[in-house]
Amino acid sequence: MPKRTDIKKILIIGAGPIIISQACEFDYSGTQACKALREEGYEVVLVNSNPATIMTDPDMAERTYIEPVTPKTVEMIIEKERPDALLPTLGGQTGLNTAKAVAEMGVLDKYGVEMIGADLESINKAEDRDLFRQAMNRIGLRIPKSGIANDMDAARKIAEDIGFPIIVRPSFTLGGTGGGVAYNPEELEKLSASGLDASMTTQVMLEESVLGWKEYELEVMRDKNDNVVIVCSIENLDPMGIHTGDSITVAPIQTLTDREYQVMRDAAIAILREIGVDTGGSNVQFAINPKDGEMIIVEMNPRVSRSSALASKATGFPIAKIAAKLAVGYTLDELPNDITGETVASFEPALDYCVVKIPRWTFEKFPEAEDVLTTSMRSVGETMAIGRTFKEAMQKGLRSLEIGRFGFGADGKDGRENNNEPPTVDEIEKFLSRPNSNRIFYIREALLAGMSIDTIYELTAIDHWFLAQLQQIVDMEQQIVKTGEKISFDDLKKAKEYGFSDVQLGFLTGMGESEICRMRKEKNIRPVYKLVDTCAAEFEAATPYYYSTYETENEARLSDCKKVMILGGGPNRIGQGIEFDYCCVHASYALKELGIESIMVNSNPETVSTDYDTSDKLYFEPLTHEDVLHIVETEKPDGVIVQFGGQTPLNLSLALLESGAPIIGTSPESIARAEDRKQFQAMLNKLGLVQPPNGTARTIPEAVAVADEIGFPVIVRPSYVLGGRAMKIVYDRKDLENFTNIALQASPGHPVLIDKFLEDAVEVDVDAVCDGHDTVIGGIMEHIEAAGVHSGDSACVLPTYSLTSSELKEIAAATKAMAKDLNVIGLMNVQYAIKKGRLYVLEVNPRASRTVPFVSKATGVPLAKIATKIMVGKTLAELGFTKEVIPAHISVKEAVLPFDRFPNVDILLGPEMKSTGEVMGVDVDFGRAYAKSQIGAGQNLPTTGAVFISVQEKDKEAALDVAAQFKKIGFKIIATRGTSDYFYANGIENQRINKVSSGRPHVVDAIMNREIQFIINSGTGDKTRRDGYLIRRAALKYNIPYATTIAGARAMCTGIAAIKEKPLSVKAIQLYH
Amino acid sequence: MKALLALEDGRTFECRSFTGPGESFGEVVFNTSMSGYQEVLTDPSYRGQMVVMTYPLIGNYGVNPDDVESDRIHVSAFIMKEYQEFPSNFRSTQTLSAYLRSQNILGIDSLDTRALTRHIRTAGAMRAVISTQDLDPESLAARAKQSPAMEGQDLASAVTTGQPYFWENDQRMFVETDFSFNSDVWRHQDSRLAVVAFDFGVKYNILRCLEKAGCEVLVVPAQTSAENVRQLSPDGIFLSNGPGDPEPVDYAVKTIKDLLGYKPMFGICLGIQLLGRALGGQTYKLKFGHHGSNQPVQNLATRRVEVTSQNHGFAVDQKTLDPDLVEVTHINLNDNTVEGFCHKKYPLFAVQYHPEAAPGPNDANYLFSNFVELMKENS
Repeated sequence: MPKRTDIKKILIIGAGPIIISQACEFDYSGTQACKALREEGYEVVLVNSNPATIMTDPDMAERTYIEPVTPKTVEMIIEKERPDALLPTLGGQTGLNTAKAVAEMGVLDKYGVEMIGADLESINKAEDRDLFRQAMNRIGLRIPKSGIANDMDAARKIAEDIGFPIIVRPSFTLGGTGGGVAYNPEELEKLSASGLDASMTTQVMLEESVLGWKEYELEVMRDKNDNVVIVCSIENLDPMGIHTGDSITVAPIQTLTDREYQVMRDAAIAILREIGVDTGGSNVQFAINPKDGEMIIVEMNPRVSRSSALASKATGFPIAKIAAKLAVGYTLDELPNDITGETVASFEPALDYCVVKIPRWTFEKFPEAEDVLTTSMRSVGETMAIGRTFKEAMQKGLRSLEIGRFGFGADGKDGRENNNEPPTVDEIEKFLSRPNSNRIFYIREALLAGMSIDTIYELTAIDHWFLAQLQQIVDMEQQIVKTGEKISFDDLKKAKEYGFSDVQLGFLTGMGESEICRMRKEKNIRPVYKLVDTCAAEFEAATPYYYSTYETENEARLSDCKKVMILGGGPNRIGQGIEFDYCCVHASYALKELGIESIMVNSNPETVSTDYDTSDKLYFEPLTHEDVLHIVETEKPDGVIVQFGGQTPLNLSLALLESGAPIIGTSPESIARAEDRKQFQAMLNKLGLVQPPNGTARTIPEAVAVADEIGFPVIVRPSYVLGGRAMKIVYDRKDLENFTNIALQASPGHPVLIDKFLEDAVEVDVDAVCDGHDTVIGGIMEHIEAAGVHSGDSACVLPTYSLTSSELKEIAAATKAMAKDLNVIGLMNVQYAIKKGRLYVLEVNPRASRTVPFVSKATGVPLAKIATKIMVGKTLAELGFTKEVIPAHISVKEAVLPFDRFPNVDILLGPEMKSTGEVMGVDVDFGRAYAKSQIGAGQNLPTTGAVFISVQEKDKEAALDVAAQFKKIGFKIIATRGTSDYFYANGIENQRINKVSSGRPHVVDAIMNREIQFIINSGTGDKTRRDGYLIRRAALKYNIPYATTIAGARAMCTGIAAIKEKPLSVKAIQLYH
Repeated sequence: MKALLALEDGRTFECRSFTGPGESFGEVVFNTSMSGYQEVLTDPSYRGQMVVMTYPLIGNYGVNPDDVESDRIHVSAFIMKEYQEFPSNFRSTQTLSAYLRSQNILGIDSLDTRALTRHIRTAGAMRAVISTQDLDPESLAARAKQSPAMEGQDLASAVTTGQPYFWENDQRMFVETDFSFNSDVWRHQDSRLAVVAFDFGVKYNILRCLEKAGCEVLVVPAQTSAENVRQLSPDGIFLSNGPGDPEPVDYAVKTIKDLLGYKPMFGICLGIQLLGRALGGQTYKLKFGHHGSNQPVQNLATRRVEVTSQNHGFAVDQKTLDPDLVEVTHINLNDNTVEGFCHKKYPLFAVQYHPEAAPGPNDANYLFSNFVELMKENS
């Protein structure tokens, strides 16, 4: 039965901003769906607030609404667009929840919109714990026993039924706080009491513990004729108890016999039928008791998921694309398998390789949060590696993580290898028994310490099979150490087959990376490239999707045409996310437009860049010098683009250049020049530009001297730490001494960098394109938050709203002068600060920046595409981009922060970036655009009620004006003593309230009682200032909108005023340009 | 221990034996199942063949006493990328290596199995020899060339049972020495349907499925005559899977022809090929066959697609089937080969794939119930 002709227009709901547990995999699936539906001639209407996505590119849909993903907005869009159908299964949990809400509001019935892919009933059956349990009972499957308790008596009773150990999980808390495992009645008392207390609804869920059971997932597709296929089976290396998003996972399943696997397969199919997923993909999770094989259903998601993106990349089967086609009436047998071209989609991919996915965490960004993994996801990204053995894939995966590791340890980066003692047995046991982001490396320590696999199993519940594999890697490591430089040919070959990198081998043999590499190539030990072909070579594959391995036959098909390689960004992490993938994808599209073969190299399975459809060739490989160079040597590209993938490829650029890779665009030397403090200063001096006064110090007295010279406040940071970490703004000598001491210890032997902090300066971000002669400004953005908040965490607006035309001219001139001096070919980003009419250059990055997609969406100019074309020889004039586009509408970008995932972390913004994603608000004026950005970021903007204000001393004056504004639009002001007195003294009437430390009822009580609708609280974030911290956490817990800077509060007030004046409306991006 | 694999066309592959010294001949085929190696090893249809598992890691979950498809290993050598010496599974009782050694079967790894698979895909299944003694590529390739070809060999008679046996409670119960073919042999005539199963290399799971579907199964040797079958007066006749080329198994074709229309008949794999020949059709050798657990088969009546387990190197030629008598009911969506047919007059049907799975999906298990229904309708 071919596609449906009774529907013409389909609405797709996107996932919104990147947050923990919902990352760019939904851009990948949404993009595939848009492409698939338009290919079939349907008109696609899309809503997604995330500007950094490919799916929100104007040519991906007929109508693209970069608007908040909320039921209200979706209702407005439906009213305006009158789609025939709504496809809710591609936008993650956000998409599903929003669709569900819209359906329950009666909007779909009202406008005659059909939900396709999954209907309300099946969504409810899968999502509602009780309905799901009933459904599973009907088909004879078991889910963990559980019960809900609202008091201690109920908790005891449930525990009696279920038995111990039992999991206690408070309902409605942030980041799974307050829960735990109770092994006996005594612990149950303790945990339930604290759980009931932590829960917003005084409720705990008690659940049968299946901790330590083996965890599995199946990715299933079903069509309307009830044809079902399992696309991919996944086994988690980490057992039950660790969120699957925080688990190392492996495809296919490794330790089940076929008989056991088929029981699971049959169960998955029965579940899809029972839940009623009639068309599309679902994910079913299982737990298996390692002792007797007993199987429990953990959950199912009736939509595409993070795992389905992984499964698509792991198998070559495009789940989202096929799901979209099934939703419009196709059946699996009617759809071709793109990879083979000759077979159909109604089959189950056969893998002839092993896939390992490893999560990427960023606990270093949240020092207050404990590095412990639980059932609440903490990782911000992931990397995938493919190898012919598990060992190879595992080591490739570890060196793809961008954490400075080059495999399963043995790379000279551990304490034991830096003149420190190896960890003690106690320490090892501690790190093994409490899951954490470094546990895998402690398994190596355990093995090196002679701990048996059985013992490690007892501590970790990681299956013996995986531990035995890791043992083999460690055995190999020790064998190499034993022979050192005399490493035999066979050992060297075997080590490469085990996935050892040259860095590891160089370290283990003592020969160094380059020497081992030379020796290896002399012995002709080189990787070959194999295809991911869905069918284990049974059929010829048409799609060039490759991975490397050490074997005999190379399948890389080399063409004679002009080709350019694009290096991607690796796993998402805070500071480097989807924005860079967006740029890489655009580079690929631009090359296609020019008829140049595009070769993508990346290791992130969530992305559009690693869709085999995006580029002419895809190499799914770690982004290390060794791995990239091998591809360069194989493909011999005419150019290699390093400026789009963020810091990852840039870090490789100099070494690649030295190895002879033809890097195109701005030269690595120029990039280095912009990063080198001295050379950069020299350039600014030459061009007559200034940067904030600064200096370096190696001792505390030196630091004091520098600060005395340039004046407080200053920004202090250690040099040579990753990602500008541990930066701090200090206001006085005491703080300076303290922090300089910390910074010196953080980076021993290196000076501390001290910059004048430009207080209350306006920060400006500029993206520009340069072809070596001409420079055109892509966009000038004004930050909402004052300098001192990391640009990635600051909201910004385009065009600027407070800068004078002479300031704008000066910015443009400075940008052009620097672009010329650095001989930029491609993109450049500059950060400026303006204070008292004076322009300071803060930072120059001759590469794609995080704001490129936002600027492109705001101005309608595809900056990354233009930059790509310039890199392969076009000029700006030839491309017709000669003048900055200043749109008439206003676009606001707002950062989205992951604080709800990290208990105990303060939500203040500072010089260190903490946001995971961003949203965009577009409208005719600033207030409305800003309001949209806030709603899109998850803030519920109040239009009446009370505003609570408590600010630090230096902000009081500025807060006056904000308070007055809020009063003007009808809000009541509530303030704590200091602020309250100051307000009264200045003629602003307000209601005084106790600080938490001044007795009850206090402000947090008022927050809990919903007496406060908006919170303005600024502070320095010091732990000693406990009151502010408690207020801010309460704001987060009770989901009260808040601002932690005066500038943010002011913007919020403008936004609220705008909504009060006239309700928000929606407009497609296509109508703006 | 170092080993070498040589193909009849001269291509050789360096590899390693993980089961000690040895030498083995056979036709090389590849199997794309990612699990179920123990079932593959013990499937009699692999008689005379060396099996390359395309999934690279084999041995992961060890070997257990239950997942066997016959009483012994049938492959002549077992080839993979990386053998796993440290199995993990709650049912595992033995390593794969120990299991292979106990039956003197060569286990081979450290071979670029994907290269070998691609070679077979393009050049077709071919004869090969693996040796740990003769590591000279030329001499080994020459010996591969001299080994007997698959075509024309009656391998069914090499694997069929010597004695009839009943399949009861998941095991074989051989008949007494004074067994004679008559209708009194059935012990559950009132509660179960009596099925005579011709053993051309039957997989245990077929027998398990028949028993589960409500049949009393008597497994008889491949050479059993039509007259003997009639003497048993069964409710239905089952034609099993088996190794190799159906053409030389002409005695069975003759028996089947004789029994056409006598009682409901159900054939699987070699069974469909023999039935096809008995109905006047021809069979031919596929380039590299179908061996795996992911073959899409469409039921032409319902348009439903079944993901099926398959293991065959020969197929029924649709062109040679008389459309007035035979209706093709299932086709393979990968290459449109015949996967199933029924007869327009006689109560019989057969499939090329394995509804009993083992290894593979259970999507087509309903066929056993269909057979039972057919017998009930015709009783």
